[in-house]
Amino acid sequence: MRGCARRIWGMMYRHLALYRGSWPRLLELAYWPTLQMCIWGFTASFLASRTGSPMALAGGLLLGGVLLWEVALRSQMGFAVSFLEEIWSRNLGHIFVSPLRPPELVAALIIMSMIRMAIGVLPAILLAWALYAFNLFSLGPVLILFFINLMIMGWWVALGVVSLILRHGAGAETLAWSVLFGVTPFSAVYYPVSVLPRVIQPLALALPSSHVFEGMRAMVQTGQIMWGHLAWAFGLNLVWLAAAAWLFAAQFHAARVRGALLSIGE
Amino acid sequence: MQAIQVAHLTKSYGTTLAVDDLSFTVSVGATVGLLGGNGAGKTTTIAMLLGLLVPTSGQIHMLGHDMARDRFRALARMNFSSPYLALPSRLTVAENLRVYANLYDVKHTERRIEELAQELNLAEFLNRPAGQLSAGQKTRVALAKALINHPEVLLLDEPTASLDPDTGDEMRTLLERYRAQHRTTILLASHNMAEVERLCSDVLMLKKGRLVDQGSPEELLARYGRDDLEQVFLDIARARGAGADAGVRA
Repeated sequence: MRGCARRIWGMMYRHLALYRGSWPRLLELAYWPTLQMCIWGFTASFLASRTGSPMALAGGLLLGGVLLWEVALRSQMGFAVSFLEEIWSRNLGHIFVSPLRPPELVAALIIMSMIRMAIGVLPAILLAWALYAFNLFSLGPVLILFFINLMIMGWWVALGVVSLILRHGAGAETLAWSVLFGVTPFSAVYYPVSVLPRVIQPLALALPSSHVFEGMRAMVQTGQIMWGHLAWAFGLNLVWLAAAAWLFAAQFHAARVRGALLSIGE
Repeated sequence: MQAIQVAHLTKSYGTTLAVDDLSFTVSVGATVGLLGGNGAGKTTTIAMLLGLLVPTSGQIHMLGHDMARDRFRALARMNFSSPYLALPSRLTVAENLRVYANLYDVKHTERRIEELAQELNLAEFLNRPAGQLSAGQKTRVALAKALINHPEVLLLDEPTASLDPDTGDEMRTLLERYRAQHRTTILLASHNMAEVERLCSDVLMLKKGRLVDQGSPEELLARYGRDDLEQVFLDIARARGAGADAGVRA
Protein backbone atom coordinates (compact mmCIF):
# COMPACT_ATOMS: atom_id res chain seq x y z
CA MET A 1 0.00 0.00 0.00
CA ARG A 2 1.36 3.44 -0.88
CA GLY A 3 2.04 5.99 1.86
CA CYS A 4 -1.04 8.05 1.09
CA ALA A 5 -3.35 5.02 1.11
CA ARG A 6 -1.77 3.71 4.32
CA ARG A 7 -2.32 7.00 6.10
CA ILE A 8 -5.96 7.06 5.02
CA TRP A 9 -6.33 3.44 6.12
CA GLY A 10 -4.65 4.33 9.45
CA MET A 11 -7.37 6.87 10.17
CA MET A 12 -10.09 4.46 9.06
CA TYR A 13 -8.63 1.68 11.21
CA ARG A 14 -8.72 4.03 14.20
CA HIS A 15 -12.51 4.46 13.79
CA LEU A 16 -13.27 0.87 12.80
CA ALA A 17 -11.41 -0.34 15.91
CA LEU A 18 -13.48 2.08 17.97
CA TYR A 19 -16.78 0.69 16.60
CA ARG A 20 -15.61 -2.90 16.94
CA GLY A 21 -15.13 -2.33 20.65
CA SER A 22 -18.25 -0.24 21.30
CA TRP A 23 -21.67 -1.73 20.49
CA PRO A 24 -23.56 1.33 21.85
CA ARG A 25 -21.88 3.42 19.15
CA LEU A 26 -22.98 0.91 16.48
CA LEU A 27 -26.50 0.84 17.86
CA GLU A 28 -26.67 4.62 17.90
CA LEU A 29 -25.86 4.74 14.18
CA ALA A 30 -29.05 2.85 13.30
CA TYR A 31 -31.21 4.15 16.15
CA TRP A 32 -32.37 7.53 14.79
CA PRO A 33 -32.97 6.50 11.14
CA THR A 34 -35.00 3.51 12.34
CA LEU A 35 -36.95 5.64 14.80
CA GLN A 36 -37.72 8.23 12.12
CA MET A 37 -38.85 5.46 9.79
CA CYS A 38 -41.21 4.04 12.41
CA ILE A 39 -42.76 7.41 13.29
CA TRP A 40 -43.34 8.53 9.70
CA GLY A 41 -44.23 5.05 8.47
CA PHE A 42 -47.00 4.59 11.02
CA THR A 43 -48.21 8.14 10.41
CA ALA A 44 -48.45 7.48 6.67
CA SER A 45 -50.20 4.14 7.26
CA PHE A 46 -52.74 5.79 9.53
CA LEU A 47 -53.51 8.56 7.05
CA ALA A 48 -53.74 6.11 4.17
CA SER A 49 -56.22 3.95 6.10
CA ARG A 50 -58.45 7.00 6.60
CA THR A 51 -58.29 8.63 3.20
CA GLY A 52 -57.56 5.82 0.75
CA SER A 53 -55.22 5.52 -2.20
CA PRO A 54 -54.25 9.21 -2.78
CA MET A 55 -52.87 9.24 0.70
CA ALA A 56 -51.08 5.93 0.10
CA LEU A 57 -49.11 7.62 -2.69
CA ALA A 58 -48.40 10.56 -0.40
CA GLY A 59 -47.29 8.09 2.26
CA GLY A 60 -44.83 6.59 -0.21
CA LEU A 61 -43.45 10.02 -1.00
CA LEU A 62 -43.16 10.75 2.70
CA LEU A 63 -41.24 7.54 3.39
CA GLY A 64 -39.00 8.11 0.38
CA GLY A 65 -38.28 11.60 1.69
CA VAL A 66 -37.52 10.35 5.19
CA LEU A 67 -35.16 7.63 3.98
CA LEU A 68 -33.30 9.77 1.46
CA TRP A 69 -32.93 12.69 3.88
CA GLU A 70 -31.37 10.28 6.36
CA VAL A 71 -28.67 9.61 3.74
CA ALA A 72 -27.66 13.29 3.86
CA LEU A 73 -28.03 13.55 7.64
CA ARG A 74 -26.01 10.41 8.41
CA SER A 75 -23.30 11.31 5.89
CA GLN A 76 -22.91 14.74 7.45
CA MET A 77 -22.92 13.44 11.02
CA GLY A 78 -20.65 10.52 10.12
CA PHE A 79 -18.02 12.93 8.82
CA ALA A 80 -18.30 15.55 11.56
CA VAL A 81 -18.59 13.13 14.49
CA SER A 82 -15.55 11.15 13.31
CA PHE A 83 -13.59 14.42 13.45
CA LEU A 84 -15.05 15.22 16.88
CA GLU A 85 -13.91 11.80 18.17
CA GLU A 86 -10.33 13.08 17.79
CA ILE A 87 -11.11 16.17 19.85
CA TRP A 88 -12.92 14.19 22.55
CA SER A 89 -10.00 11.79 22.87
CA ARG A 90 -7.43 14.66 22.91
CA ASN A 91 -5.75 12.97 19.95
CA LEU A 92 -5.95 15.78 17.39
CA GLY A 93 -2.47 17.11 18.22
CA HIS A 94 -0.94 13.67 17.60
CA ILE A 95 -2.66 13.44 14.23
CA PHE A 96 -1.60 16.88 13.06
CA VAL A 97 2.08 16.26 13.90
CA SER A 98 2.02 13.03 11.91
CA PRO A 99 2.67 13.03 8.14
CA LEU A 100 -1.10 12.80 7.50
CA ARG A 101 -2.02 15.54 5.01
CA PRO A 102 -5.32 17.41 5.52
CA PRO A 103 -6.78 16.06 2.22
CA GLU A 104 -5.98 12.54 3.45
CA LEU A 105 -7.77 13.25 6.71
CA VAL A 106 -10.79 14.48 4.73
CA ALA A 107 -10.69 11.36 2.53
CA ALA A 108 -10.68 9.12 5.61
CA LEU A 109 -13.59 11.07 7.12
CA ILE A 110 -15.55 10.75 3.85
CA ILE A 111 -15.06 6.97 3.72
CA MET A 112 -16.02 6.66 7.39
CA SER A 113 -19.14 8.73 6.75
CA MET A 114 -20.13 6.32 3.94
CA ILE A 115 -19.68 3.33 6.24
CA ARG A 116 -21.59 4.99 9.07
CA MET A 117 -24.36 6.04 6.69
CA ALA A 118 -24.73 2.50 5.35
CA ILE A 119 -24.89 1.03 8.85
CA GLY A 120 -27.48 3.64 9.84
CA VAL A 121 -29.74 3.82 6.80
CA LEU A 122 -29.82 0.27 5.43
CA PRO A 123 -31.71 -1.17 8.45
CA ALA A 124 -34.28 1.64 8.10
CA ILE A 125 -34.73 0.89 4.38
CA LEU A 126 -35.23 -2.81 5.14
CA LEU A 127 -37.66 -1.94 7.93
CA ALA A 128 -39.71 0.26 5.57
CA TRP A 129 -39.94 -2.64 3.17
CA ALA A 130 -40.87 -5.15 5.93
CA LEU A 131 -43.40 -2.99 7.81
CA TYR A 132 -44.96 -0.83 5.12
CA ALA A 133 -44.14 -2.68 1.90
CA PHE A 134 -42.28 0.43 0.78
CA ASN A 135 -39.33 -0.57 -1.37
CA LEU A 136 -37.01 2.38 -1.91
CA PHE A 137 -35.00 0.31 -4.39
CA SER A 138 -38.05 0.22 -6.70
CA LEU A 139 -36.92 3.69 -7.83
CA GLY A 140 -34.29 1.85 -9.85
CA PRO A 141 -30.69 2.74 -10.69
CA VAL A 142 -31.44 6.47 -10.44
CA LEU A 143 -31.56 5.91 -6.68
CA ILE A 144 -27.75 5.62 -6.76
CA LEU A 145 -27.54 9.13 -8.22
CA PHE A 146 -29.89 10.44 -5.52
CA PHE A 147 -27.71 8.75 -2.87
CA ILE A 148 -24.49 10.18 -4.31
CA ASN A 149 -25.87 13.72 -4.38
CA LEU A 150 -27.17 13.56 -0.83
CA MET A 151 -23.92 12.07 0.45
CA ILE A 152 -21.90 14.84 -1.22
CA MET A 153 -24.21 17.40 0.35
CA GLY A 154 -23.62 15.77 3.75
CA TRP A 155 -19.85 15.99 3.21
CA TRP A 156 -19.71 19.67 2.31
CA VAL A 157 -22.01 20.61 5.16
CA ALA A 158 -19.76 18.58 7.51
CA LEU A 159 -16.66 20.22 6.06
CA GLY A 160 -18.27 23.57 6.91
CA VAL A 161 -19.00 22.35 10.45
CA VAL A 162 -15.42 21.14 10.92
CA SER A 163 -14.19 24.52 9.65
CA LEU A 164 -16.31 26.25 12.28
CA ILE A 165 -14.94 23.91 14.95
CA LEU A 166 -11.40 24.82 13.83
CA ARG A 167 -12.38 28.49 14.07
CA HIS A 168 -14.46 28.47 17.27
CA GLY A 169 -13.27 25.33 19.06
CA ALA A 170 -15.38 22.57 20.57
CA GLY A 171 -18.07 25.16 21.38
CA ALA A 172 -19.24 24.76 17.79
CA GLU A 173 -19.60 20.99 18.07
CA THR A 174 -23.39 21.02 18.58
CA LEU A 175 -23.61 22.14 14.95
CA ALA A 176 -22.56 18.61 14.01
CA TRP A 177 -26.01 17.41 15.07
CA SER A 178 -28.18 20.41 14.37
CA VAL A 179 -27.04 22.20 11.23
CA LEU A 180 -28.64 19.96 8.61
CA PHE A 181 -31.92 19.78 10.53
CA GLY A 182 -32.04 23.55 10.10
CA VAL A 183 -31.83 23.12 6.33
CA THR A 184 -34.67 20.56 6.26
CA PRO A 185 -37.54 23.08 5.78
CA PHE A 186 -35.82 24.47 2.66
CA SER A 187 -34.81 21.12 1.18
CA ALA A 188 -38.21 20.12 -0.19
CA VAL A 189 -37.93 16.80 1.63
CA TYR A 190 -41.64 16.33 2.33
CA TYR A 191 -43.23 18.91 0.02
CA PRO A 192 -42.38 20.58 -3.31
CA VAL A 193 -40.44 23.84 -3.54
CA SER A 194 -43.60 25.54 -4.91
CA VAL A 195 -45.21 25.22 -1.46
CA LEU A 196 -42.59 27.55 0.03
CA PRO A 197 -43.12 31.34 0.09
CA ARG A 198 -41.84 32.89 -3.12
CA VAL A 199 -38.98 34.75 -1.40
CA ILE A 200 -37.62 31.53 0.06
CA GLN A 201 -37.77 29.52 -3.15
CA PRO A 202 -34.41 30.75 -4.56
CA LEU A 203 -32.75 29.65 -1.32
CA ALA A 204 -34.36 26.22 -1.63
CA LEU A 205 -33.32 25.91 -5.27
CA ALA A 206 -29.71 26.71 -4.31
CA LEU A 207 -29.62 23.50 -2.29
CA PRO A 208 -28.83 20.24 -4.14
CA SER A 209 -31.23 18.38 -1.85
CA SER A 210 -34.26 20.28 -3.23
CA HIS A 211 -33.47 19.04 -6.72
CA VAL A 212 -32.98 15.48 -5.49
CA PHE A 213 -36.36 15.43 -3.75
CA GLU A 214 -38.16 17.11 -6.63
CA GLY A 215 -36.62 14.42 -8.84
CA MET A 216 -37.60 11.68 -6.42
CA ARG A 217 -41.24 12.84 -6.33
CA ALA A 218 -41.39 13.03 -10.11
CA MET A 219 -39.96 9.51 -10.32
CA VAL A 220 -42.53 8.09 -7.88
CA GLN A 221 -45.47 9.91 -9.49
CA THR A 222 -44.64 9.61 -13.19
CA GLY A 223 -41.84 7.06 -13.43
CA GLN A 224 -39.82 9.65 -15.37
CA ILE A 225 -36.22 10.57 -14.49
CA MET A 226 -35.89 14.36 -14.27
CA TRP A 227 -32.36 14.72 -15.63
CA GLY A 228 -32.52 18.50 -15.28
CA HIS A 229 -32.94 18.27 -11.53
CA LEU A 230 -30.10 15.75 -11.29
CA ALA A 231 -27.82 17.99 -13.32
CA TRP A 232 -28.64 20.93 -11.05
CA ALA A 233 -27.99 18.79 -7.97
CA PHE A 234 -24.56 17.69 -9.22
CA GLY A 235 -23.64 21.21 -10.34
CA LEU A 236 -24.68 22.81 -7.06
CA ASN A 237 -22.85 20.13 -5.07
CA LEU A 238 -19.71 20.89 -7.02
CA VAL A 239 -19.95 24.59 -6.22
CA TRP A 240 -20.79 24.06 -2.54
CA LEU A 241 -18.08 21.41 -2.14
CA ALA A 242 -15.46 23.74 -3.64
CA ALA A 243 -16.59 26.54 -1.30
CA ALA A 244 -16.48 24.24 1.74
CA ALA A 245 -13.02 22.93 0.77
CA TRP A 246 -11.75 26.50 0.46
CA LEU A 247 -13.27 27.38 3.87
CA PHE A 248 -11.67 24.29 5.46
CA ALA A 249 -8.24 25.07 3.99
CA ALA A 250 -8.50 28.70 5.15
CA GLN A 251 -9.63 27.77 8.67
CA PHE A 252 -7.01 25.05 8.98
CA HIS A 253 -4.30 27.55 8.10
CA ALA A 254 -5.83 30.14 10.46
CA ALA A 255 -5.85 27.54 13.27
CA ARG A 256 -2.13 26.92 12.62
CA VAL A 257 -1.49 30.66 12.81
CA ARG A 258 -3.47 31.01 16.07
CA GLY A 259 -2.05 27.84 17.61
CA ALA A 260 -5.53 26.38 18.00
CA LEU A 261 -4.68 22.83 16.92
CA LEU A 262 -3.22 21.91 20.31
CA SER A 263 -5.97 23.48 22.40
CA ILE A 264 -9.02 22.96 20.23
CA GLY A 265 -10.85 20.77 22.74
CA GLU A 266 -10.69 23.36 25.49
CA MET B 1 25.54 17.98 10.75
CA GLN B 2 22.56 19.79 12.29
CA ALA B 3 19.27 18.01 12.93
CA ILE B 4 17.46 21.20 13.96
CA GLN B 5 18.24 24.68 12.66
CA VAL B 6 16.23 27.61 13.94
CA ALA B 7 16.95 31.14 12.73
CA HIS B 8 15.36 34.35 14.04
CA LEU B 9 12.16 32.55 15.02
CA THR B 10 9.44 34.90 16.22
CA LYS B 11 5.83 34.32 17.17
CA SER B 12 3.53 37.12 18.20
CA TYR B 13 -0.13 37.15 19.11
CA GLY B 14 -1.24 40.71 18.53
CA THR B 15 1.12 42.80 20.65
CA THR B 16 2.27 39.84 22.78
CA LEU B 17 5.59 38.31 21.81
CA ALA B 18 5.54 34.61 22.70
CA VAL B 19 8.87 33.83 21.02
CA ASP B 20 11.29 36.63 20.25
CA ASP B 21 14.03 36.24 17.63
CA LEU B 22 15.08 32.76 18.73
CA SER B 23 18.06 31.14 16.99
CA PHE B 24 19.71 27.85 17.84
CA THR B 25 20.92 24.59 16.33
CA VAL B 26 20.87 21.02 17.59
CA SER B 27 23.44 18.55 16.30
CA VAL B 28 22.49 15.06 15.17
CA GLY B 29 22.43 12.71 18.15
CA ALA B 30 22.45 15.47 20.78
CA THR B 31 19.93 15.77 23.59
CA VAL B 32 19.12 19.41 24.25
CA GLY B 33 16.95 20.76 27.03
CA LEU B 34 14.63 23.69 26.55
CA LEU B 35 14.28 25.34 29.94
CA GLY B 36 12.23 28.25 31.13
CA GLY B 37 9.41 29.22 33.43
CA ASN B 38 5.74 29.24 32.57
CA GLY B 39 5.17 31.46 29.54
CA ALA B 40 8.85 31.36 28.54
CA GLY B 41 7.91 30.09 25.07
CA LYS B 42 8.96 26.42 25.30
CA THR B 43 5.68 24.88 24.14
CA THR B 44 5.23 27.58 21.48
CA THR B 45 8.71 26.82 20.15
CA ILE B 46 8.03 23.08 20.04
CA ALA B 47 4.67 23.67 18.33
CA MET B 48 6.46 25.67 15.62
CA LEU B 49 9.13 22.99 15.22
CA LEU B 50 6.31 20.48 14.66
CA GLY B 51 4.49 22.66 12.12
CA LEU B 52 1.44 22.94 14.41
CA LEU B 53 1.99 26.67 14.65
CA VAL B 54 2.99 29.06 11.87
CA PRO B 55 5.81 31.42 12.93
CA THR B 56 5.32 35.15 12.51
CA SER B 57 8.84 35.26 11.07
CA GLY B 58 12.02 33.24 10.99
CA GLN B 59 13.05 29.88 9.53
CA ILE B 60 13.01 26.32 10.78
CA HIS B 61 14.84 23.47 9.12
CA MET B 62 14.26 19.99 10.52
CA LEU B 63 16.62 17.32 9.16
CA GLY B 64 17.31 19.68 6.28
CA HIS B 65 13.65 20.20 5.39
CA ASP B 66 12.22 23.71 5.39
CA MET B 67 9.18 23.45 7.70
CA ALA B 68 7.42 26.28 5.88
CA ARG B 69 7.43 24.41 2.55
CA ASP B 70 8.18 20.77 3.16
CA ARG B 71 6.91 19.91 6.60
CA PHE B 72 5.30 16.55 5.83
CA ARG B 73 8.60 15.00 4.70
CA ALA B 74 10.20 16.21 7.91
CA LEU B 75 7.27 15.01 10.05
CA ALA B 76 7.67 11.47 8.68
CA ARG B 77 11.18 11.42 10.22
CA MET B 78 10.21 13.01 13.54
CA ASN B 79 7.86 12.30 16.40
CA PHE B 80 6.48 13.95 19.48
CA SER B 81 5.23 13.11 22.93
CA SER B 82 3.41 15.29 25.43
CA PRO B 83 1.40 14.49 28.56
CA TYR B 84 -1.12 17.09 27.39
CA LEU B 85 -2.19 14.90 24.49
CA ALA B 86 -3.74 11.46 24.77
CA LEU B 87 -4.33 8.41 22.65
CA PRO B 88 -7.89 7.17 21.99
CA SER B 89 -8.81 5.59 25.31
CA ARG B 90 -11.15 2.89 23.96
CA LEU B 91 -8.59 1.50 21.56
CA THR B 92 -6.16 -1.06 22.92
CA VAL B 93 -2.48 -0.21 23.13
CA ALA B 94 -1.76 -2.45 20.12
CA GLU B 95 -4.58 -0.84 18.09
CA ASN B 96 -3.27 2.63 18.89
CA LEU B 97 0.22 1.64 17.81
CA ARG B 98 -1.17 0.12 14.59
CA VAL B 99 -2.94 3.41 13.82
CA TYR B 100 0.31 5.35 14.13
CA ALA B 101 2.34 2.69 12.33
CA ASN B 102 0.03 3.29 9.37
CA LEU B 103 0.15 7.08 9.67
CA TYR B 104 3.97 6.96 9.68
CA ASP B 105 4.09 4.26 6.99
CA VAL B 106 6.11 1.92 9.21
CA LYS B 107 7.19 -1.31 7.53
CA HIS B 108 6.50 -4.62 9.31
CA THR B 109 4.03 -3.12 11.77
CA GLU B 110 3.52 -6.14 14.00
CA ARG B 111 7.25 -6.76 14.32
CA ARG B 112 7.81 -3.12 15.27
CA ILE B 113 5.06 -3.30 17.90
CA GLU B 114 6.70 -6.42 19.36
CA GLU B 115 10.07 -4.64 19.47
CA LEU B 116 8.56 -1.67 21.30
CA ALA B 117 6.65 -3.96 23.65
CA GLN B 118 9.96 -5.54 24.64
CA GLU B 119 11.96 -2.32 24.85
CA LEU B 120 9.35 -0.45 26.87
CA ASN B 121 7.80 -3.36 28.80
CA LEU B 122 4.36 -3.06 27.22
CA ALA B 123 3.69 -6.74 26.56
CA GLU B 124 1.47 -7.33 29.57
CA PHE B 125 -1.02 -4.60 28.61
CA LEU B 126 -0.73 -4.55 24.83
CA ASN B 127 -4.33 -5.73 24.45
CA ARG B 128 -5.78 -3.52 27.16
CA PRO B 129 -7.68 -0.30 26.30
CA ALA B 130 -5.39 2.71 26.64
CA GLY B 131 -7.90 4.39 28.96
CA GLN B 132 -7.52 1.63 31.55
CA LEU B 133 -3.78 2.10 32.09
CA SER B 134 -2.00 3.75 35.01
CA ALA B 135 -0.26 7.10 34.49
CA GLY B 136 3.11 5.38 34.24
CA GLN B 137 1.84 2.84 31.72
CA LYS B 138 0.21 5.60 29.65
CA THR B 139 3.52 7.47 29.57
CA ARG B 140 5.30 4.36 28.29
CA VAL B 141 2.62 3.89 25.62
CA ALA B 142 2.93 7.55 24.60
CA LEU B 143 6.67 7.03 24.27
CA ALA B 144 6.07 3.87 22.21
CA LYS B 145 3.84 5.91 19.89
CA ALA B 146 6.60 8.54 19.66
CA LEU B 147 9.18 5.87 18.76
CA ILE B 148 7.01 3.84 16.35
CA ASN B 149 8.69 5.29 13.24
CA HIS B 150 12.30 5.17 14.52
CA PRO B 151 12.31 9.00 14.64
CA GLU B 152 15.55 10.75 13.85
CA VAL B 153 14.32 13.74 15.87
CA LEU B 154 12.21 13.32 18.97
CA LEU B 155 10.48 16.30 20.55
CA LEU B 156 9.34 15.83 24.13
CA ASP B 157 7.21 18.34 25.99
CA GLU B 158 7.57 17.74 29.74
CA PRO B 159 7.73 13.96 29.32
CA THR B 160 7.66 13.18 33.03
CA ALA B 161 5.20 15.84 34.20
CA SER B 162 2.70 14.46 36.72
CA LEU B 163 4.61 11.20 37.14
CA ASP B 164 5.76 9.98 40.55
CA PRO B 165 9.58 10.00 41.08
CA ASP B 166 9.91 6.26 40.50
CA THR B 167 7.97 6.29 37.23
CA GLY B 168 9.73 9.46 36.12
CA ASP B 169 13.08 7.78 36.72
CA GLU B 170 11.96 4.74 34.75
CA MET B 171 10.99 7.01 31.85
CA ARG B 172 14.36 8.78 31.92
CA THR B 173 16.15 5.44 31.92
CA LEU B 174 14.15 4.35 28.88
CA LEU B 175 15.02 7.57 27.06
CA GLU B 176 18.72 7.25 27.90
CA ARG B 177 18.79 3.66 26.67
CA TYR B 178 16.93 4.48 23.46
CA ARG B 179 19.16 7.45 22.66
CA ALA B 180 22.29 5.37 23.27
CA GLN B 181 21.05 2.61 20.98
CA HIS B 182 19.66 4.72 18.12
CA ARG B 183 21.52 8.05 18.29
CA THR B 184 18.22 9.92 18.11
CA THR B 185 18.29 13.71 18.37
CA ILE B 186 16.13 14.79 21.30
CA LEU B 187 14.78 18.23 22.17
CA LEU B 188 13.27 18.17 25.61
CA ALA B 189 11.15 20.91 27.19
CA SER B 190 11.00 20.45 30.93
CA HIS B 191 10.57 22.08 34.30
CA ASN B 192 12.47 19.25 35.93
CA MET B 193 16.05 20.47 36.39
CA ALA B 194 17.39 17.14 37.63
CA GLU B 195 15.97 15.49 34.53
CA VAL B 196 17.65 18.03 32.26
CA GLU B 197 20.97 17.66 34.07
CA ARG B 198 20.80 13.91 33.68
CA LEU B 199 19.66 13.67 30.06
CA CYS B 200 20.89 16.76 28.24
CA SER B 201 24.26 17.56 26.74
CA ASP B 202 23.18 21.17 26.15
CA VAL B 203 20.60 23.49 27.61
CA LEU B 204 18.75 26.45 26.09
CA MET B 205 17.46 28.85 28.73
CA LEU B 206 14.36 30.80 27.66
CA LYS B 207 12.80 33.77 29.36
CA LYS B 208 9.87 35.76 27.98
CA GLY B 209 10.36 34.15 24.60
CA ARG B 210 14.05 35.02 24.33
CA LEU B 211 17.10 32.82 24.51
CA VAL B 212 18.92 34.23 27.54
CA ASP B 213 21.66 31.65 27.92
CA GLN B 214 22.88 28.34 26.62
CA GLY B 215 25.57 25.77 27.24
CA SER B 216 26.18 22.38 28.75
CA PRO B 217 24.86 21.87 32.29
CA GLU B 218 28.46 21.96 33.54
CA GLU B 219 29.17 25.25 31.75
CA LEU B 220 26.02 26.85 33.16
CA LEU B 221 26.82 25.68 36.71
CA ALA B 222 30.32 27.11 36.42
CA ARG B 223 29.12 30.37 34.86
CA TYR B 224 26.56 31.03 37.58
CA GLY B 225 28.66 29.60 40.41
CA ARG B 226 25.91 27.21 41.43
CA ASP B 227 25.65 23.56 42.45
CA ASP B 228 22.61 22.59 40.44
CA LEU B 229 20.54 23.76 37.49
CA GLU B 230 17.58 24.65 39.68
CA GLN B 231 19.61 27.43 41.26
CA VAL B 232 20.74 28.58 37.81
CA PHE B 233 17.13 28.55 36.68
CA LEU B 234 16.11 30.71 39.66
CA ASP B 235 18.99 33.10 39.02
CA ILE B 236 17.87 33.58 35.44
CA ALA B 237 14.18 33.75 36.33
CA ARG B 238 14.91 36.42 38.95
CA ALA B 239 17.76 38.00 36.93
CA ARG B 240 20.42 37.74 39.64
CA GLY B 241 23.64 35.86 40.41
CA ALA B 242 27.15 35.95 39.05
CA GLY B 243 26.27 34.80 35.55
CA ALA B 244 22.83 36.36 35.24
CA ASP B 245 24.09 39.38 33.37
CA ALA B 246 27.35 38.09 32.00
CA GLY B 247 25.75 35.00 30.60
CA VAL B 248 22.77 36.63 28.95
CA ARG B 249 22.80 36.31 25.20
CA ALA B 250 20.03 38.21 23.56
